[in-house]
Amino acid sequence: MKAVVVVFPGSNCDRDVAVALARCAGCAPTLVWHGATSLPVCDLVVLPGGFSYGDYLRAGAIAAHSPIMRSVRQAAARGVAVLGICNGFQILTETGLLPGALVRNAGLRFVCRPVDLRVEGDSPFLAGFTPGERIRFPVAHMEGNYQADPETLAGLEAEGRIVLRYVDANGGVTEAANPNGSVAGIAGITSASRRIFGLMPHPERVIGDELGGSDGRRFFAAVADALA
Amino acid sequence: MKAIVHVVLKKDVLDPQGKAVEAALRTLGFGEVAEVRQGKFFEITLDGPRDDASARLDKMCEELLANPVIEDYRITIPDA
Repeated sequence: MKAVVVVFPGSNCDRDVAVALARCAGCAPTLVWHGATSLPVCDLVVLPGGFSYGDYLRAGAIAAHSPIMRSVRQAAARGVAVLGICNGFQILTETGLLPGALVRNAGLRFVCRPVDLRVEGDSPFLAGFTPGERIRFPVAHMEGNYQADPETLAGLEAEGRIVLRYVDANGGVTEAANPNGSVAGIAGITSASRRIFGLMPHPERVIGDELGGSDGRRFFAAVADALA
Repeated sequence: MKAIVHVVLKKDVLDPQGKAVEAALRTLGFGEVAEVRQGKFFEITLDGPRDDASARLDKMCEELLANPVIEDYRITIPDA
């Protein structure tokens, strides 16, 4: 698998995700600066976490208009897989590659802790897990509260595009388990094509037991198999 | 010429910042406060008078200043 990690001014998980791809997926990704106007040939484009442009205006809003994003949109239209983690998910909604929006956490606080997630539906990005499985990734965000209008939500549900939800220890979608107020406990969604995936939690931060978990290792290993 | 743009969250989108300000105002004794909605304000200076200013500002709001999924905007051109 050939992967590209886009680096925006203010990205801070670009190197983490590059290390995760190298160690778990066996691919050395190319880091591409946001000002570039073309992407190398690749199977996967990653928009990493961080605070692109200092979250000015709205999280992801300015990065969505970076020169490289034209190429990312064109690549996505050709079927190249796109993964947006945290700020990357915010950028994907701001570009319109994924529906809805990520707004300020309902609790008004930056949330930084491991969360339990339920895997649902089918997505090449979650091929390493079985539907219904509960996994644990950390979240670290201020604007992770997913919102969409009722028609969009109904469409996402009907098409099985809500593929990660915040759940409690019993696997239930509850208010207590929801770190940010996201509607329907949404932590991650895919495009209709399943080739674009945005999630707020950070799989790249749990790629080994020394980091507090290894569900992220399974995530990246399976992504490489599914997209190769 | 100058234009003023106000951007606010749509009515049905929860505004936790507005809620926090609302609660703080009540705590300060302003019991008459029924609701606070927090938004953004932009003062935009355009080069010269333009006949198409209103349409161009609309486009600016749609493409960048507001996120139409969650926000409404209002454009005012004071001198017009």
